[in-house]
Amino acid sequence: MSSVIQLRNLQKVFGQTRAIDDVSLDIQENEFFAMLGPSGCGKTTLLRTIAGFESPDHGKVLLSGEDITPLRPNKRSINLMFQSYALFPHMSVAKNIAYGLEMEDLTKQEIQRRVADVMDMAHLHEFANRRPDQLSGGQRQRVALARALVKRPKVLLLDEPLGALDKKLREQMQLELKRLQSEAGITFVMVTHDQEEALVMADRIALMKDGRVAQLGSPKELYEQPNSRFVADFIGSMNFFDGTISGDRITLKNGTQLSGVVTADDMNHGTLAVRPERICLHREIPQDADNRIQGVIEDIAYHGQDLSVHVAVANDAQRKLARISATLAEEQELKLGESVWCSWTSQHGRLLGA
Amino acid sequence: MPSFSLSNLYLNSHLKVVYFFLYMPIIVLMVLSFNKAGLPTVWSGFSVEWYGKLLDNESILNAAWNTLIVAVISTILSSILGTLLALGIERMKVNSGLDALLFAPMIIPDIVLAIALLSFFTMLDFTLGLHSIVLSHVVFNIAFVCAVVRTRLKNFDYSVIEASEDLGAGSFTTFRRVTLPIIFPGVLAGSLLAFTLSVDEFIIAFFTAGAGSSSTTLPMQIYSMIRFGVTPEINAMATIVMLVSFTMVFLSQRINKGITQ
Repeated sequence: MSSVIQLRNLQKVFGQTRAIDDVSLDIQENEFFAMLGPSGCGKTTLLRTIAGFESPDHGKVLLSGEDITPLRPNKRSINLMFQSYALFPHMSVAKNIAYGLEMEDLTKQEIQRRVADVMDMAHLHEFANRRPDQLSGGQRQRVALARALVKRPKVLLLDEPLGALDKKLREQMQLELKRLQSEAGITFVMVTHDQEEALVMADRIALMKDGRVAQLGSPKELYEQPNSRFVADFIGSMNFFDGTISGDRITLKNGTQLSGVVTADDMNHGTLAVRPERICLHREIPQDADNRIQGVIEDIAYHGQDLSVHVAVANDAQRKLARISATLAEEQELKLGESVWCSWTSQHGRLLGA
Repeated sequence: MPSFSLSNLYLNSHLKVVYFFLYMPIIVLMVLSFNKAGLPTVWSGFSVEWYGKLLDNESILNAAWNTLIVAVISTILSSILGTLLALGIERMKVNSGLDALLFAPMIIPDIVLAIALLSFFTMLDFTLGLHSIVLSHVVFNIAFVCAVVRTRLKNFDYSVIEASEDLGAGSFTTFRRVTLPIIFPGVLAGSLLAFTLSVDEFIIAFFTAGAGSSSTTLPMQIYSMIRFGVTPEINAMATIVMLVSFTMVFLSQRINKGITQ
């Protein structure tokens, strides 16, 4: 596999804020790549820089090894699906889709054929003559996608592609987009603030913060092996045990010693991050557990297939969360106000710098 | 509720009185234009002879032709300039002071604008005639076209311009195939309004027409005729002018409404 997009030391400053702060990334061919992060982290600016709508103050954008930094958006073999879809309101669905092809040197037959093909793929045939305002949100989204895909770009950029859809449709479209991506064999680069969306859809995720890439990796890597407190906190839910680190051990304020996987050298103050689903609850002290800490059950939330148990630990303002299966909870018959032990194996805790 | 329906009744009759007050004189004028006798106030039977007489009157036809020339040229010029101005202003997000200045030509009394334009033309040693009327009409019509087009641009999704560029179009193609078609109802509404204003406009044309009857417009012609008394001929002409204006305003409103929905 080779890189289709290479970003080299990109920088962009808006007034006082560094929207992009020295970002270098390689995006592979046929990859579904997601840029994830809270609002204002620079992910949209980065996407618009790849599309050509923002020119970087510094750095280069390479497409298949060719420097395209100075090129206008209409000269790049990259298409963007806009968050608002930006469909042309005065054109029918078919006209919207054909528009991009009419800008190329193609015969009428060729355009018609390709428009028909892409409408088949996106199930849009029955809407060919409708105007965008006569379509539902999901249909509009498919038109926007078809209009971009019909150009057969090397890379398709998607700006919050599912943001405007309701929850049920969103889940359906997540899989639909993935299917389209693998069928079309085009590199997708998606911007989203929704971590679940990124985890489900992307092959790789760049989690961004303050204009920089905080961590780059597969969804599983980001979830299982976060390398900073920010990443651990942003993806999924996480328990943090703050304290003083020495070696693979951390000493909490209340004196409890815990151990975990070391992620960096010379950390002094830091935290131990443990996923709620890795924690087991016991009434009796679990003698042979790697890590254990005692607390009081403060809250139990029922989710159907599992339960969230909130446990208050002495000398720690943050309540800890354990997620246990409903069947196990039934056996244990946990009650509010009860004193319990939390335990987990050391390999499931990660020591992160402050 | 009785109090509610009472106030409703009151509002309703008020509305009717206002409309009566506004339109009765116009209706009287229109009726009298079909009056057989030459007297403006005494009805003596239906006739269209005054409309016929209009068509025989060389100076009226000449004035009508002048008005049409002024209206068409000033409408075209002000539509182009006003639309471009609106596009630029909306994109720049100018400060409110400059914004208010844009409305000035709409608010300044016509007489003030007329004197200002005349002084300006004289200062430049500009010869007066139809062309100076055209330029003067362009001055205030730009403001009206710009205002109408700007209301259309308030709901304009600028991302379609980026989308067009993203799909491979250059800026001219984008303007021709995306921007203009989307705002076109606004442009058309603005130009119809400009046309109407130009056809009706008297004071500014009167000041900037210069000497001689070669650049007399229709309102000026009516004004000079009325000095010899109101004749049914004038009523007939006024009726025609009014019908043209009415149609234009009605069309412009219909078009403008059309794309809001």
